[in-house]
Amino acid sequence: MRAFSYERPASIEAAAQAAAGMDGAKFIAGGTNLLDLMKLEIERPTHLIDVNRLGLDRIEATPEGGLRIGALVRNTDLAADERVRRDYALLSRALLAGASGQLRNRATTAGNLLQRTRCPYFYDTNQPCNKRLPGSGCSALAGFSRPLAVVGVSDACIASHPSDMAVAMRALDAVVETVRADGTTRSIPIADLHRLPGDTPHIEHVLEQGELITAVILPKPAGGKQIYRKVRDRASYAFALVAVGAVVQPDGTGRVAIGGIAPKPWRKEAADAELPNGAKAAAAKLLEGARPTDDNAFKLTLVERALSAVLSEARG
Amino acid sequence: MRFDTPATTNPIDQGKVVGKPIHRIDGPLKTTGKAVYAYEWHDRNTRYAYGYVVGSAIAKGRIRSMDTAAAKKAPGVIAVVTTEAVGELKKGKYNTAKLFGGMEIQHYHQAIAVVVAETFEEARAAAALVKVDYTEEKGAFDLAAAKDSAVEPEGGGASGAGDFDAGFEAAPVKLDQIYTTPDQSHAMMEPHASIAAWNGDDLTVWTSSQMIDWWRTDLATTLGIDKEKVHTMSPFVGGGFGVKLFLRADAVLAALSAREAGRPVKVALPRPFLMNNTTHRPATIQRIRIGAGRDGKITAIGHESWSGDLPGGGPEVAVQQTRLLYAGENRMTAMRLATLDLPEGNAMRAPGEAPGMMALEIAIDEMAEKLGLDPVEFRIINDTQVDPENPERPFSHRNLIGCLRTGAERFGWRERSKKAGARREGDWLVGMGVAAAFRNNLVLPSAARIRLDREGIVTVETDMTDIGTGSYTIIAQTAAEMLGVPIEKVAVSLGDSRFPVSSGSGGQFGGNCSTAGVYAACVKLREAVAQKLSFNSAEDLIFAESEVRSGDRRMPLAQAVADEALVAEDRIEFGDLTKTHQQSTFGAHFVEVGVDVATGETRIRRMLAVCAAGRILNPITARSQVIGAMTMGVGGALSEELVVDKERGFFVNHDLAAYEVPVHADIPHQDVVFLDETDPMSSPMKAKGVAELGICGVAAAVANAIYNATAIRVRNYPITLDKLIKELPEIS
Ligand SMILES: Cc1cc2nc3c(=O)[nH]c(=O)nc-3n(C[C@H](O)[C@H](O)[C@H](O)COP(=O)(O)OP(=O)(O)OC[C@H]3O[C@@H](n4cnc5c(N)ncnc54)[C@H](O)[C@@H]3O)c2cc1C
Ligand code: SF4
Repeated sequence: MRAFSYERPASIEAAAQAAAGMDGAKFIAGGTNLLDLMKLEIERPTHLIDVNRLGLDRIEATPEGGLRIGALVRNTDLAADERVRRDYALLSRALLAGASGQLRNRATTAGNLLQRTRCPYFYDTNQPCNKRLPGSGCSALAGFSRPLAVVGVSDACIASHPSDMAVAMRALDAVVETVRADGTTRSIPIADLHRLPGDTPHIEHVLEQGELITAVILPKPAGGKQIYRKVRDRASYAFALVAVGAVVQPDGTGRVAIGGIAPKPWRKEAADAELPNGAKAAAAKLLEGARPTDDNAFKLTLVERALSAVLSEARG
Repeated sequence: MRFDTPATTNPIDQGKVVGKPIHRIDGPLKTTGKAVYAYEWHDRNTRYAYGYVVGSAIAKGRIRSMDTAAAKKAPGVIAVVTTEAVGELKKGKYNTAKLFGGMEIQHYHQAIAVVVAETFEEARAAAALVKVDYTEEKGAFDLAAAKDSAVEPEGGGASGAGDFDAGFEAAPVKLDQIYTTPDQSHAMMEPHASIAAWNGDDLTVWTSSQMIDWWRTDLATTLGIDKEKVHTMSPFVGGGFGVKLFLRADAVLAALSAREAGRPVKVALPRPFLMNNTTHRPATIQRIRIGAGRDGKITAIGHESWSGDLPGGGPEVAVQQTRLLYAGENRMTAMRLATLDLPEGNAMRAPGEAPGMMALEIAIDEMAEKLGLDPVEFRIINDTQVDPENPERPFSHRNLIGCLRTGAERFGWRERSKKAGARREGDWLVGMGVAAAFRNNLVLPSAARIRLDREGIVTVETDMTDIGTGSYTIIAQTAAEMLGVPIEKVAVSLGDSRFPVSSGSGGQFGGNCSTAGVYAACVKLREAVAQKLSFNSAEDLIFAESEVRSGDRRMPLAQAVADEALVAEDRIEFGDLTKTHQQSTFGAHFVEVGVDVATGETRIRRMLAVCAAGRILNPITARSQVIGAMTMGVGGALSEELVVDKERGFFVNHDLAAYEVPVHADIPHQDVVFLDETDPMSSPMKAKGVAELGICGVAAAVANAIYNATAIRVRNYPITLDKLIKELPEIS
């Protein structure tokens, strides 16, 4: 870990401004991802801006009938919130399928969205990795890629996004609210938050330097059956090989987002439209243009079968 | 004491303390955080420095140059010790890969420098500044690709009886299959850690070691100093599973850097170094051929195994159990060793049998199915009471049949569907599997010193280690039984090279051998007590309730002590009984699994192990060993695999997030039954090991249960869902 300076501003504006002035500045929330990466020198911020004291830890009702989740709400608290459990069960279920109790106590809403890939080569600074060191190459392509992505990938990077929570947020049409250094705010639909790797896998989202996530907005409840099915090698404390987050209405329509298969939570409107026609049809749309490796081609079958199980659970 | 005739009745048979379910005497220390582990030794008056290791970034080649200028200038840095500056060091007797010194790189993450600083954080930051230039060489990293170049290992290792080829050819029912097991990591909780302090030429090392004397000897060799100058201590060890049998880099780096820094230095290996810096269980490719008559009797059994290691290393002895487990007159085993430039392969919990049984016990299941026999019955039909290669050599004691029958009864084996893939509960395909458990019983000499003081307190000193197994407790039980004192009156000091050399902990020999050493020392102390109290002989004395009794005469034990404590030391040495009699431990594993019909995720539902392993010295600590081993077996069956990057030559998933060992949710229910038995051939304790027996066969029982659930036979471990999903039933 490199030496860094540290501050804990008391206002949102101060936080955004502090980060804007400095290329090496980063926000730190729960620190459960950032600190690990700093210890391994994968992240080397020169300045940390602690956002834990900005008062962003509340969950409030919105006038539109939805929920406004502060960026610093802990995963544990979000999963346990009565309104979330009642109206956005998918989100609760996804959160509780992630990490461990101790980590969820610390992990925050914004931090979870921006957590970085678990590609093992990304974690080993001796290995080429375009995401960590642009232009160095991608070790996973010809190496070990079983946990990595099959859609949305590029020749430069096939990393998958590891978040469970983000899958639920995507299926629930969440919107991310931010403040920029100049004090302006914007709302970013979660679909637009993460970028696909293309030639620049090190740029993972659309936020500007110093742009602070303040909240995530959930629109009014989607109803239906809300199912989160996380498929993994062990029963707990493991990242998803494939995760299905679905909202299915009594008439068979609905929406579905998939985790573990792409550089971002993966959803296709065309796939949603196919849901009434069954898992095969919907999976075909979700996996259009897939570029699996030998190691992870099983995910194509797995998506379809896991989705099928989810749809039959929704029917039953 | 020489143990060369079978044990007769002795004080251990009283079973007043030995064999009782006594909680760990060191338990309160551990649950309150007061047990001090290697890295935690902290003397307030000492200013420790912290060392952080730099590992090689390449798998094979040479270092051209090292640039430590930036690291040396970094804040807090006291010293940078490099493999270049240190130069070639001698290698310890038990190490295959060199730990440090010289410019040759033999494997990824080989230690090449240690940066010493005032704080751990400063050392780590500076370590990242060390620049290294390498000349990289092509290496061999893929066992399957190197298989054809594999050679017969030194010492051969082939065995046989009868005419295997002819026997197999003639058999009416045959099986010929290939099985593979992957590289695995010990993944113990406590990482390798050492603190070294020099006082002139004298070196003291607090470390985490299973074998105090091996470490001490190999450390002295590596440093080129006199063994007598080295003092090592390892009173508590947070798990080892074999990776702490042999000296490791942390101890060498701590010693070298403490000398350079001129003060005590702490060095721990960061978690990723466990996988690529230390040792691992090597992968195997195994071919098994079995021929049998229609009556179910095996007539030919052949087992060949291929594994790889660095030059100078040895094979994984995966064929070991096949020489002994089942009858059959025509037999053959063979091993081949390939040169691989991966990190060193070496002992991990039940080396040989663990991966060997993973393969053999699937093969037996497959064979039973071919014969239309229940797999429990098939095993019973082929039981043998003698070494099948050498029929005049009987087993010392063998009750495999008892294990299988008791297990089948307790587990409800009758409920198992005879047809594979036939039982379904909701979304789960449910199946049961069985496997035999088998592990040889090893014996090593072991010494102990016993001190009796005027208060009647008995103190045991031996360099035996407690790696979480319960050594403290069973040693205290042994001394309490032998000297007739309550266990509260026994103090046990372990893991210190100033104490008599014990068997150490490994190969499931530690429990039996170290207590046998304590037994021997107690016999000596009993003689000294008899003499002090003017009894004619120690033979017919009764030691009970802190008294010594003979006929009507009773004397308080403590009265034998005058001013000075009474001290006795002895060492158990084992004679020929292991040659005249085959000593092994036996068991049966039963497992029920559910396989998700949609995703192929396998989840364990329940497990049972029945063990026949001589006297169980303490059913609590023994059970703890067996359930831990069963858990590790589940890891081997379902998730544990060190993934080799065959281009770059290293284990890619080198942390506990990516190398998945079972978590609580994976292990819902375990049961352990110990059959009541003693083995007088093993030692005066009549005990054998259980800690490795518990893992042998588990993975195959899981594999067989998966087959029973799904009708899909997977022969390549671990059995992850991607190996099942293509053949799972259609779902709609
Ligand atoms: C062992 C382990 C297992 C795990 N298993 C899972 C799992 O199964 N499923 C899963 O989904 N996750 C898992 N995680 C990941 C975990 O969910 C994330 O580490 C956590 O959600 C990150 O949140 P944080 O608040 O700690 O983020 P931090 O580490 O503080 O920050 C992460 C990133 O977000 C940025 N950031 C934080 N807050 C803001 C803000 N307000 N505005 C702008 N940028 C911000 C930081 O600069 C940083 O780049 C696991 C983690 C570990 C260590
Ligand atoms: S997949 Fe992406 S993160 Fe992984 S090695 Fe390739 S570039 Fe790096």
